[in-house]
Amino acid sequence: MINSYFKFIRSGINTTYQDKGRENLYHIGIPYSGAMDNRNFLIANKLVNNNLNAPVLEFAYQGPHLKYQGDTIIIAITGDVIFKIIKNGVEYTGNCYESYQIENGDEIDIISTNKTIYGYLAIGGEIDIKFQWKSCSINTNAKIGSNNGKKLENNQTIKLLKLNSNKDKKKIDYTNSKVENIRVIKGTNFNYFSDEGIKIFFEKKFIVSKLSDRMGMRLQGNKINNVVNTNIKSEGLIKGVIQVPPDGNPIIMLSDHGTIGGYPKIGVVASVDYDRLVQITPGSEIKFTEIQLTDAETLFKLYEMDTDNLLSQI
Amino acid sequence: MINKIVNLGDSALYCDFGQEVNKEINSKVIKYFNSVRKSNIEGITNVTPSYNKLIISFNLSITNFKKIKKEIEVLNIDYENKIINKEIQIPVCCESSFSLDIKRLEKKLSLNREQILEKFFNKKYFCYMTGFIAGMPFLGDLDENMRANRLETPRVKVPKGSIGLTEQFTNIYTFESPGGWNIIGNTPLNIFNNLNENEPNLISPGDTVIFKEITSSEYKNYHD
Repeated sequence: MINSYFKFIRSGINTTYQDKGRENLYHIGIPYSGAMDNRNFLIANKLVNNNLNAPVLEFAYQGPHLKYQGDTIIIAITGDVIFKIIKNGVEYTGNCYESYQIENGDEIDIISTNKTIYGYLAIGGEIDIKFQWKSCSINTNAKIGSNNGKKLENNQTIKLLKLNSNKDKKKIDYTNSKVENIRVIKGTNFNYFSDEGIKIFFEKKFIVSKLSDRMGMRLQGNKINNVVNTNIKSEGLIKGVIQVPPDGNPIIMLSDHGTIGGYPKIGVVASVDYDRLVQITPGSEIKFTEIQLTDAETLFKLYEMDTDNLLSQI
Repeated sequence: MINKIVNLGDSALYCDFGQEVNKEINSKVIKYFNSVRKSNIEGITNVTPSYNKLIISFNLSITNFKKIKKEIEVLNIDYENKIINKEIQIPVCCESSFSLDIKRLEKKLSLNREQILEKFFNKKYFCYMTGFIAGMPFLGDLDENMRANRLETPRVKVPKGSIGLTEQFTNIYTFESPGGWNIIGNTPLNIFNNLNENEPNLISPGDTVIFKEITSSEYKNYHD
């Protein structure tokens, strides 16, 4: 048993443990969960020599302020994040996509994300946390996952069971690309919408609402009216589905979404755009453009190759 | 057997079994669900049955719509294999602090409280699907004259254990959640247990549910 741990001086706004999430549970009402921005999750783990599916801390807007006790450990932060490392009372500005050696008594103060929502902190070692259905991912709605399915709070600790022996510092040159255009594949209820509704969907801009969270992104600014009955029979949902409730304001299903829904589906976000979609902050404008299935498949392959390429540079 | 298979986005198949909601169509969906789950087709990550649809999600990194569609079209469906049904009794207390929407129902259905409860308890319900939130069962069918629409404005918080009514269906809120169904009562029974990873759901598709009315003192003294 080693005695190394981080303590939360400040937990941050929405700090949770996440990995790649859980599969094969939609039928009982449990969504994937997992890191919202998969690429940044993978890079964070690679920078600290973890296995790529190791648990990381995900934070939204404001991150945690942590104090470390124990043997030297390696950490890395990914996303578009402003943070400081404090050693012996001296503050150093931290850089994302670069790993740092943290020593006994050091602090990490993750001040905020910069024009994005989610950031990731990977810790080089094995964290002492509980897994449910083979995943640590916290789903705060269903109270599933590590930390009894709850957000992390002030004064809690992150206990380490093992530290990675390889503590070499690593970095890559990477900047998150922003998107405003989100590519979507027509949904299965596309015909439920009037020509005018479809025109609004593809030609107007929508504004991301403050009511967005890990379950869904709510949009406003332009209403889409459908022709047929707005209540279809409830059926399964997947990540990225865009549902339009009777009030005409679209909602995009995100990683912690309800598994069944009864509103018409106008479209589904192409997988290639998911990582960037989830980072769009409330108040920003987004626009939808149509993409065909085969193009979406090809672009996803290219996106994955790009991710693999980034990982291989680390 | 499947009327139509189309893609839902780039990483799921949407299998359409029809428009109506009835046990016959739903049983087909569940048989397909069981067969797909057993098939071990490479890349499938989730299979979600609902009243008359089956959604098959897959990992786009290792497979694609065309490949999975082909596999599903030639899949052997085990029609003989009967669904193992359980009959489950659910205790429900309908005292006024639990039956949040009884007044609304009385008005909408033109029935009084006693008539509503009598009709509700005097019936067996079939579980069509589970989901929306973890473990929530969608049960049917309510009598024709017991069918009311969702609330115009959904509640931000429906208490855990609430029994809701909407159209021909009734459900159970397995934990506190937003929701728009008409709440008639509350069960002290734990319907979803996340500590039991093999069988977290008390009620599964195909099961039969019988609701049994209990008093508020029985509710208070209830132990799982």
